[in-house]
Amino acid sequence: MTLLEFQRRMAEDVSRPLTAGFMMQEVGPDGSSVAESVANYVKPNGRLSSFERLEIYNRQYWFRLIAAVSEDFPALNAMLGPKRFDELILNYLEENPSTSFNLRDLGAQLPSWLEDHPEFTGAHLDLAVDVARLEWAYIEAFDRAAMPPLDETDLAALQPTSVLALQPHLQLLALRYAAEKVVLAVHKNKPDVDIVSSAVIERKTSRQVRLPKPRRSLTYLVVHRYQNSVYYRRIDRGAFLLLSAIREGKPLAIVVDKAFCQSGLLPSARAKKIRQYFVHAAELGWLIANPA
Amino acid sequence: MPANRFNAFTDYGVGIGLRVPHYDHILSQKPVVDWFEIISENYMVGGGHALKVLDQILDQYRVVQHGVSMYFGSAQPLNREHLRRLKELTKRTNTPWLSDHLCWGSVDGRYTHDLLPLPYTFEAIRATAARIREVQDFLEIPIAVENVSSYAEFHESEMTEWEFLNEVVHAADCGILLDVNNIYVSSQNHGFDPMEYVNAVAPDRVAQIHIAGHSKFERYTLDTHDHPVLDPVWKLYARAIERVGPTATLLEWDDNIPTFDEVHAEALKANRYRPEGNADALPLPMEEREEVEA
Repeated sequence: MTLLEFQRRMAEDVSRPLTAGFMMQEVGPDGSSVAESVANYVKPNGRLSSFERLEIYNRQYWFRLIAAVSEDFPALNAMLGPKRFDELILNYLEENPSTSFNLRDLGAQLPSWLEDHPEFTGAHLDLAVDVARLEWAYIEAFDRAAMPPLDETDLAALQPTSVLALQPHLQLLALRYAAEKVVLAVHKNKPDVDIVSSAVIERKTSRQVRLPKPRRSLTYLVVHRYQNSVYYRRIDRGAFLLLSAIREGKPLAIVVDKAFCQSGLLPSARAKKIRQYFVHAAELGWLIANPA
Repeated sequence: MPANRFNAFTDYGVGIGLRVPHYDHILSQKPVVDWFEIISENYMVGGGHALKVLDQILDQYRVVQHGVSMYFGSAQPLNREHLRRLKELTKRTNTPWLSDHLCWGSVDGRYTHDLLPLPYTFEAIRATAARIREVQDFLEIPIAVENVSSYAEFHESEMTEWEFLNEVVHAADCGILLDVNNIYVSSQNHGFDPMEYVNAVAPDRVAQIHIAGHSKFERYTLDTHDHPVLDPVWKLYARAIERVGPTATLLEWDDNIPTFDEVHAEALKANRYRPEGNADALPLPMEEREEVEA
């Protein structure tokens, strides 16, 4: 067996889903004995069989990955409850194994994956997806880059053809619920954690938090970092459309038009609004030069 | 011997791992610590709080980078994006050397995020040494590879772990981060004499030493980093220092992390085994600290 063949084989065994009791499966997907297969390359010792030795790695793999995703989505966990959340995460990870060297990226696909898997959220799909999107936006806002913001001179020199950009850490969300209420209730109790190099010996669970029940209402949010803290800021539809158009790389003339798409606002009121939007965005350092 | 080309001829003493629960204490109390080890991956991000804290730490302390996902032993080509971002961080920290593990953990673009043991074969030596050389050339700083704790052994292996380690570092011309706790944990799981391992390691290549706590279960021992260092590990440390000299030493404490003072006091116990170690190196009581700093 070459080194690559060995690693493919062991990776398959280590990442095989656990049983409902969080132990290594005894039968492979093709009906063969996992114990027999593992014994072909793992030595037993006087206390543990080959199967039991590899089971340590198989359990650690899942405990580490489940812990990493759980830490990033504590509000989704609190909302669905630990049993349903565990089931969701296991299925998500089976379909979305890590493809990044950094564990930080593991939950990136969860919001879109959840949208396609209503079986894990029951009647609360829309709220669960909103909560997941908001929690992932928090991760992005927390540690994505911040570029030098445009200053007054830059802003004064803008032309209708100018193309701007938004801070990489700024996340724009159009939600169906005021999901930030749920997320804020949980995040204030969430400890920060590191990536470390030690073994993971147990499946850790978080304590329950009493959650608010947000009502269904279209909510536009900016999740951004200011002085190294993450904030959720509600904006109106016009500001959302304007910022979205900036993110899409549209010239300012089009950005302004987009902001009032299907708006009944009078032209004089529009000019005032546009000024407000730009002053606000500039004050918070959201606008940057177009990197292109 | 402690200052050698594998740790850029530095002469670091006893340090601890920089961990989130200690950020506030370190930044507000500015304790005297010889050096901090950071997990590179925790700071390989675009910006934000972690990098701000790191910059503040870098203003006042010496920092060495330690990685958990380079996977020197993986059989496939290195991830260039990972290397590029790692190099960016080394420029920020000016780490004199950089360490990661003698293990594998990814295949076909999928990451296990675990430190998986290698079969100790000649093919694995060639593949691992080639990757270490490539990383060393790209980063332009000395690399030290750390022996991992393991819970499985393989039929494919053609030599002992310490023979494998020596062969790899010789072929790669790199340093060793000797983790004496990992040696102890593996010795318990595989039934070898840990002192034989320590006695066999090429002493002139040891750039750094790790100490840590572990957990003993009925049928195996796990490398949990959630306890003080246990006596058998101190014995191995004493022997390593005897052979290698007073090398840069780092205590890892990653789970159930106690206060900064407790972790630092545990690390400084290492001075008992170091020729230049003395009582002055122990942390001062809190009531005396302000007077000294003034």
